[in-house]
Amino acid sequence: MTSLLIENGRLVDPSQSLDRVARVLVTGGRVAAIDPGDGDLPAQVQRLDASGKILAPGLVDLSTELREPGRDEDETIASGSHAALAGGYTSILCSSNTHPPIDSPGAVEFVRQKAAKAHAARIYVTGCVSKQRRGEEMAELGLLVEAGAVAFSDSPAPLANNALLKRALDYCRMFDRPIFDRPQVPELAGRGVMHEGRESLVLGLNGLPTEAEDLAVARDVRLAEATGGRLHVGPVSTMGSIDLIRRVKSRGIQVTASVCPHNLSMSDEKLRSFDARFKVHPPLRSVRHVEALRAAVADGTIDSIQTGHMPRALEKKMDDLDVAPFGMTSLETALAAVVTAMVRSNVMDWSTLIQRMSTAPAKIAGIEGGSLAVGAVADMILIDPEQRWRVDETAFRSRCSSTPLAGCELHSRVTHVIVGGEIRYRSEAE
Amino acid sequence: MDDEPAVTVPFPDAWTRRHLLDLESLSAEEITILLDTAQQLKDATDNCRRKLNLLAGKTCANLFFENSTRTRNSFSLAAKRLGADTVEFSSAGSSVAKGETFIDTAKTIEAMGVDWVVTRHSTPGTPHLLSRELRCSVLNAGDGPHEHPTQGLLDMLTIRQHGKPFADLTVALVGDIAHSRTARSNIWGLKKLGAHVIICGPATLVSPRWEELGFEVAHRLDDILPRCDVLNLLRVQFERQVDRPFPSIHEYAALYAMTGERMARSKSDILIMAPGPINRGVEITPEVADGPHSVILEQVTNGIAVRMAALWLLSGAAERDRGADA
Repeated sequence: MTSLLIENGRLVDPSQSLDRVARVLVTGGRVAAIDPGDGDLPAQVQRLDASGKILAPGLVDLSTELREPGRDEDETIASGSHAALAGGYTSILCSSNTHPPIDSPGAVEFVRQKAAKAHAARIYVTGCVSKQRRGEEMAELGLLVEAGAVAFSDSPAPLANNALLKRALDYCRMFDRPIFDRPQVPELAGRGVMHEGRESLVLGLNGLPTEAEDLAVARDVRLAEATGGRLHVGPVSTMGSIDLIRRVKSRGIQVTASVCPHNLSMSDEKLRSFDARFKVHPPLRSVRHVEALRAAVADGTIDSIQTGHMPRALEKKMDDLDVAPFGMTSLETALAAVVTAMVRSNVMDWSTLIQRMSTAPAKIAGIEGGSLAVGAVADMILIDPEQRWRVDETAFRSRCSSTPLAGCELHSRVTHVIVGGEIRYRSEAE
Repeated sequence: MDDEPAVTVPFPDAWTRRHLLDLESLSAEEITILLDTAQQLKDATDNCRRKLNLLAGKTCANLFFENSTRTRNSFSLAAKRLGADTVEFSSAGSSVAKGETFIDTAKTIEAMGVDWVVTRHSTPGTPHLLSRELRCSVLNAGDGPHEHPTQGLLDMLTIRQHGKPFADLTVALVGDIAHSRTARSNIWGLKKLGAHVIICGPATLVSPRWEELGFEVAHRLDDILPRCDVLNLLRVQFERQVDRPFPSIHEYAALYAMTGERMARSKSDILIMAPGPINRGVEITPEVADGPHSVILEQVTNGIAVRMAALWLLSGAAERDRGADA
């Protein structure tokens, strides 16, 4: 394998507290040196000029729905992993909500084989917490770990059964694997389609009250404390959740949390259009929640940003708000959406952004990536921070075209994606 | 058209809308145009009984995805009184039952050559979605708990016919506000014309957020009764409630039903309205429903008047648009 030298880029690597122009040498799929002298370069080296660009560890997504097998009209393992690359994601954790769900070693193996064939982003598997994702009995978590599952979740279904969550957190301690919960109390969420507030009142739409999330987070963090298990709550979307997470972290309890980009950039008045593109999970909340979430991401109360990639075929989204499913395509817009909402407005700097979208999620999942330290796997991206582009629903690699960002102008774009030292994606402009 | 009687209703220049989707987005001027036109058409048709061939050759499609008899018939009659043809479409036994989306169904009906689609659906916003997909005019005949603009208009027309200016009126909407499209259309329409609106009902059905939006909220009818000029008694929508929001019908009736005893504690010229269908003994007792203050049947007649006005105004705006394009 030839070596790769990326020169003149601004290296932003929060894992090493680096933010400066540097050159990075990659050999054998790993970072060989930072700022090597000319004498240290191998004879055969491919050079990549990153002038004006940011060089960062590849993004990591904790929750990507790939829909295959069973719902491949929405997305496939191949389309989703190529969409991931185009968005700057070098590793994604695929969700367990396929049909059948990923609750057996055979199902894990299926994803791994398809992922290898796609040869795009790395795909890690999230196994089900419960058998058949029914929320009742624990799945064969140990065998799933042996097959390669790195985390467990029934998302987007919440782990509503208290006893099941407690047992799973307890049991998972012996594998040191995290459990992800999508916090929502089903009986309080009811038939809600949007944030419950002034807008839902006026529009006459069923609301999703914030307390449906807050109560679940309160329960989650208490069970994490009681068991000592590794719990990740996310995505969260309310001030109440932030408050609870801040308090338990100050007491030293090991809990992590994430948010989705759309909850940092949009609020619930978008539903006034009655357009099902805005029916997303978590729901678009009111402005004060959006502002609180931005602050909590910036100050680290919220550890990470996950895409919330829940692709649904266009024909499913072309319906009224009660019938259309929750969901959106997000892999290809997540980075730019966060940059536009937070970096452009100076709520967060680039280093913190990369920390929240790469370093932190890699650590939460316990996988390689999230760092370009010498010896680390060479999963990295180049970003043109000045590029502006308009979200075109017809131009996605994802099979899903529905996004609340349709037509929005976003800042920054991924130009190159390198996985294991190999350039697997170049934007058309390059 | 030479042999038609001269039409005495001039088309108002200020009216530009091709769809009637909700009252929230209308201006006070637009609402007043609708009410004035409705009154003119009511007078010109001898209380909505005589035919006026203002809209001959046009077709109105009733596209109801939710059951309705009174609103559907009222729209049909309004169209026929103005000389238009009507076509009826209901979701039961139709292609919707075969999995077609409501948008495709509406497009199919439109392709048959209709000028207006009157639609009712259980989900808020469906008329708004249709208005972006169809070229013909769309009239909202009720979209879930969101709005029912012609109901709001007919209620306001009825109030106006009793003389007092809106700015001097206190109007209470009583009952299941949470699930009521009639409430929401009345709330916006009355507010825009300057009436004082009180939203009254059980705390589980009346959100305190209405106060943030500038309305008075009350939970005890007896507290507000002496101040009210108009009571609009909304039906308890058992079919839309997921959990029962109050302990019993018995308790609801005790707290909110308009009874003869409560009439005695009301203003002497109070108007009693109900959008219907009424549940006698729940929100209103027979002696009140059939009593001298009740204008429930006037509301029904006014329904035809406001629907005639809506059809005529939307059609006029659409024709003007077509003229501008040509």
